[in-house]
Amino acid sequence: MGNALHLENVTMQFGGVVSVNNLTLDVPEKQIIALIGPNGAGKTTAFNCITGVYQPTNGLIEFMGKPMVRNHPTGKALKNYKGENADKYAKEAPLSPTPDQITGLGIARTFQNIRLWKSMTVFENVLIAKHQHAKQNVFSATFRGNLSEEKRMRDETMELLREQGLDAYKDELAVSLPYGLQRRLEIARALATGPKLLLLDEPAAGMNPQETIELADFVRQIREKYDLTVFLIEHHMDLVMNISDYIYVIDFGSEIARGVPKEVQNNQHVIEAYLGVSDKE
Amino acid sequence: MEYVISVLLSGISVGGQYALIAIGYTLVYGILRLINFAHGDVFMVAGLLGIYLTATMPVYVSIPLVILITVFLGFIIERAAYRPLRSAPRMSVMISAIGVSYLLQNTATYVTGGQPMTYPVIPFLSSTVNVAGTQTKWVVILTPILVLVLVYALNMLINKTKVGMAMRAVSKDFETSRLMGIRINAIISVTFVIGSALAAVGSVLFFTNYPAITPMAGAMPGLKAFVAAVFGGIGSIPGAVIGAFIIGICETIIKGLPSAWDVSVFSDAFTFALLIVILIFKPQGLFGEAATDKV
Amino acid sequence: MEQKKNISRIFIGFAILFLIVILLENLSSFIPGLPQVFQPTSPLFTVLKKAAVYSLVAVSMNLLNGFTGLFSLGQAGFMLLGAYTYAILMVPSDQKEQVYYLFGGCAFNFSLLDMFGGIFGKTGVGGAISMIISCLIALILAGAVAGFFAYLIGIPVLRLKSDYLAIATLGFAEILRAIFQWQKLGKITNGANMIKGFPTFSSFNITNASGATILRLSTFVPFLVSSVCILIIVLLINSSYGRAFKSIRDDEIAAEAMGISLFKHKMLSFVISSFFAGVGGALFAMYVANAQAKAFTSVMTYEILLIVVIGGVGSVSGSVIATFLYVACSEWWLRFLDSEQYIGGFKVPLLRNGFRMVVFSVVIMVIVLFFSQGIMGGNEINIGAFLKKISSKSERKR
Repeated sequence: MGNALHLENVTMQFGGVVSVNNLTLDVPEKQIIALIGPNGAGKTTAFNCITGVYQPTNGLIEFMGKPMVRNHPTGKALKNYKGENADKYAKEAPLSPTPDQITGLGIARTFQNIRLWKSMTVFENVLIAKHQHAKQNVFSATFRGNLSEEKRMRDETMELLREQGLDAYKDELAVSLPYGLQRRLEIARALATGPKLLLLDEPAAGMNPQETIELADFVRQIREKYDLTVFLIEHHMDLVMNISDYIYVIDFGSEIARGVPKEVQNNQHVIEAYLGVSDKE
Repeated sequence: MEYVISVLLSGISVGGQYALIAIGYTLVYGILRLINFAHGDVFMVAGLLGIYLTATMPVYVSIPLVILITVFLGFIIERAAYRPLRSAPRMSVMISAIGVSYLLQNTATYVTGGQPMTYPVIPFLSSTVNVAGTQTKWVVILTPILVLVLVYALNMLINKTKVGMAMRAVSKDFETSRLMGIRINAIISVTFVIGSALAAVGSVLFFTNYPAITPMAGAMPGLKAFVAAVFGGIGSIPGAVIGAFIIGICETIIKGLPSAWDVSVFSDAFTFALLIVILIFKPQGLFGEAATDKV
Repeated sequence: MEQKKNISRIFIGFAILFLIVILLENLSSFIPGLPQVFQPTSPLFTVLKKAAVYSLVAVSMNLLNGFTGLFSLGQAGFMLLGAYTYAILMVPSDQKEQVYYLFGGCAFNFSLLDMFGGIFGKTGVGGAISMIISCLIALILAGAVAGFFAYLIGIPVLRLKSDYLAIATLGFAEILRAIFQWQKLGKITNGANMIKGFPTFSSFNITNASGATILRLSTFVPFLVSSVCILIIVLLINSSYGRAFKSIRDDEIAAEAMGISLFKHKMLSFVISSFFAGVGGALFAMYVANAQAKAFTSVMTYEILLIVVIGGVGSVSGSVIATFLYVACSEWWLRFLDSEQYIGGFKVPLLRNGFRMVVFSVVIMVIVLFFSQGIMGGNEINIGAFLKKISSKSERKR
């Protein structure tokens, strides 16, 4: 099987600060891959580059074997550029799809700080994620020429909520749910966009150990059920070591290690990055 | 030649008057991220105060008093209409600002009876002077000088004093400044006090030039000054001043074009066209900093 | 099934409303000697007409500001476009000479009214048909022109952040106002002068051969047009697109990440809102019986914005209720504040011209500061459910 996602020399520079530096990694289809690193290592920035929130300063991102995002620094950005491979992609035209276009291709994400639509119910939160792929236009929707499509969307939403065990809360405001369920709802909402690749940004943040264990099972389940590839950022080492097939470790934007969980666990660089290097050495 | 000089002179002086208003906008926006729609009306109220106070007392008493009362008005507006909404969405604060503007305009209509009022002749400012063969009022010459002096003083205040440092900190990061022990509310009050004082000074200069004051007289100069602030890069004082001079000069040039073209109706519209062009091509303005949202 | 019932209830509700309006405005012809309030010249009907027009504009603004979270202040500009489109298309050719006398006639010698008058006739039933059809087409075109300009200006400005968007749309409205007052365009816009002579609401009153009014419909017409437009907006808000708008309002970044194209949906909301503002502008021209750029200032936009706030941002029924209250207060109920009043021999202080608006703005400030939810908050009055309650009660009584 091929790679769902492939990053090549991805560099993101804000002014003089390089947040992601020359990152190259693969996310093979149907696997669970983790990206870890200390706080401020550039993990979320990498996610934002993949999902189109930021346009990387340099590099290439392929999805399902096709180039999706591509850029090279020009003009002032080139003068200030501190990364590598500045001319590697200069021949090809930049590609910078918007986040919704990327979602349309089949990449869905969750957010580190939960971003549910606060004035809307659990049901509506999931239903809206179905909007993009519905066969309708603004006239048919306004004048109710899309009743069968609307019904299909509602049925599928209900089905998804049932599967995620959220159907009991469907008419409650999304923000009134307990924290753990809000995280789950965010995943359900992401699933509703019909993704092939799911990006989870710290899905276990703020969860207790019991919830974290449940989350691990949950992530495995949805991978089977929806035939997904999962790429996640996480701080809980238990969770990461438990579910990942392969792990990338970054610090200060650059990769410092990669490998299966066992290898990463014993890697000297990783231990130093997480625990700090003592001055005596 | 004389014509060019007179257009240029009056352009610079109008620009200077806009600059004094624009500073109020840019300071408040820099700190609260609020377009203070009422600022132009504060300016208008200052003009009316000038009329009423000079009618009963000598100029050297009335003008300082105008400034004092305007400052108090600005302070009260912030206290009553903006402070209670500190944690509300930005749209609510802007609506509150529009409400204040509406209130000031309607109150002015009530007090004046809706008739245009004539600004008094202020000795010296209104007297004429001969510059390179062109007759002009002293106010035209004095405005740019006064603006430069005030801007220099303001820059010193912002860059060299403790209050100024706090202002810069608050405009960079509201929350962190609060955590660092800066008294946010006091700093915001100071901002409004400075802005209103400059608007009051501006009103004396502006209405000496254009002596008719209607309740709507503040709205247009206010909006133009805001455009000037955006043009220069909102939050930047030198930016606001340069923006104001450019707008003032362009406006006077348009007004001075041959009347057969009948383009003087566009003297206001031009400002807004400029605004839209700026927002499209350089949204951060000439001297502003681009900001990225955090996800 | 339940939904269909609900829809039929809504239709019945509107039918009842229209009947009441028609009855009300014709009451004085059936029953002589009624108090002044029911006479056709009463402020009651001025208020009803103006409020019907304004409620459409307020709801269209709410669609943008309240449901999509786009803070736009261009409403008056789009109303202006609608008003002028309607006026220019509807002035009969034989009156153009007189209306445009300062510019020696109009460059645009076409009138929808004449065109359909040529087909269906200009008097009697044929005249009525040509009047209705041409008016309808002119209203739709008024909206379309406003919507088209919204599209053009939307391309650059919808990418701006909220407060810049506000000032850019406000500026756009000011630019339009200047263009329409430009004497060089006088042959089309009549310069700074007003365009008159087109059909107004009173043109829909049914008269007999001798010219006496048999049936007044001048209040019913704005009610009908506004109701239909507001109904369409409500349908839109409750559709999949409406939900997408609300998701943008709540959290743009999340909306975009869930596949909602920000630009496309903001543009849709902006164009649709402007379309209805344009229709509202045309209705406004019919209400005041003239079109003049001077009327469509930013003050008008502020007024509508304040109505939306009073009604509750994000509530259609709130906007409608607030419009009627606002217009009734400013045009009728609070009028007494503007003139000197005596209670007994005692002269009430402060009352004189302009005091009404001061009281008004104080009330608005109080609402903005202390009742920021407005009348309705984000809630709606559900007409269907309301009528159901009434009907079930009356059934129980039987």
